[in-house]
Amino acid sequence: MARTAVLGRLNWQLGNVAELVQETPRVASLVLDVPEWQGHLAGQHVDVRLTADDGYQAERSYSIASAPEDPRLAITVERLDDGEVSPYLVGEVRKGDKIELRGPIGGYFVWRGGDDRPLLLVAGGSGIVPLMAMIRHRSAGKSTTPTRLLYSSRSEDDIIYKAELGALAAVGDGLTVAHCLTRMQPPGWRGYARRIDRAMLEEVAWPKAQNPIIFVCGPTPMVEAVAGHLVDMSFDAASIKTERFGPTGG
Amino acid sequence: MTVQQSDLKLDGNAIAGLLREIFTMEMTTAESTCAGCHKVHAVGQVEVYMNAPGVVVRCPACGQVQMRIVKGGGRYWLDLTGIRSLEFSA
Repeated sequence: MARTAVLGRLNWQLGNVAELVQETPRVASLVLDVPEWQGHLAGQHVDVRLTADDGYQAERSYSIASAPEDPRLAITVERLDDGEVSPYLVGEVRKGDKIELRGPIGGYFVWRGGDDRPLLLVAGGSGIVPLMAMIRHRSAGKSTTPTRLLYSSRSEDDIIYKAELGALAAVGDGLTVAHCLTRMQPPGWRGYARRIDRAMLEEVAWPKAQNPIIFVCGPTPMVEAVAGHLVDMSFDAASIKTERFGPTGG
Repeated sequence: MTVQQSDLKLDGNAIAGLLREIFTMEMTTAESTCAGCHKVHAVGQVEVYMNAPGVVVRCPACGQVQMRIVKGGGRYWLDLTGIRSLEFSA
């Protein structure tokens, strides 16, 4: 199955919007029924294509948020006000609408599980999405892979999947979640209150001897800063996988 | 707001779909050897700039342009001058 998921031409297909979840004021998840979906790996993405009445087409790539075990496909989209696609997906789309997509796409930034090495996940903003697919995959597969998530958001209201992450961490099966809020913290906030820096990574990351697999996803400057710190801390560069997103999206 | 060129940098994951169209294979796990510095990187790791009429791919080690890809009018135009070799699963 993995092989058919990787090879061959990708065709555009239609997904039916089964559910819309407003995750934060600017971010929504679209839960889709895709009849011909062939399965995916945690960390892969889909391309979404919109076609205007005059034939103009715009394509954007969105990370898959759902676990491979989930029968429905979820993507989570941040609305960029000057974007061509995201203002439609967050705000205009309604339950029952059809969305044109193709996938799964990608193979570099994926976690298959079934590995004894601990996981370190570092997310900035909507960079949490492919990492959430990994966390959901871990949970759905009853994996106890020791996993630490360090997740940076602007404010508490901007934390995507906040309740679900809290519930998964409370299960006590080896997942810990550390939040940092860079711009605004609520009264009594006990998490980090600054951008991710080396001191924070030294507190959260696994000891080097445990040889963790590391995934970092977020805006380009954040990803490069974090990857640089991790290399300086002598983690094996081949074990650090990064995925950047930037202002050209939307 | 001023957008810095460095903020527009993405990585090979961003062109996984485009490369899949061209090669009909998953290419982000392919290994590319830079024609400039001869270092090897997974295609998922390379630097990608998409804020131009085409896609420009640069080596993350030495900055050499490795690929330029333009798609338009039902055709692809692919310049691989900066890549010495691409290795991927059959």
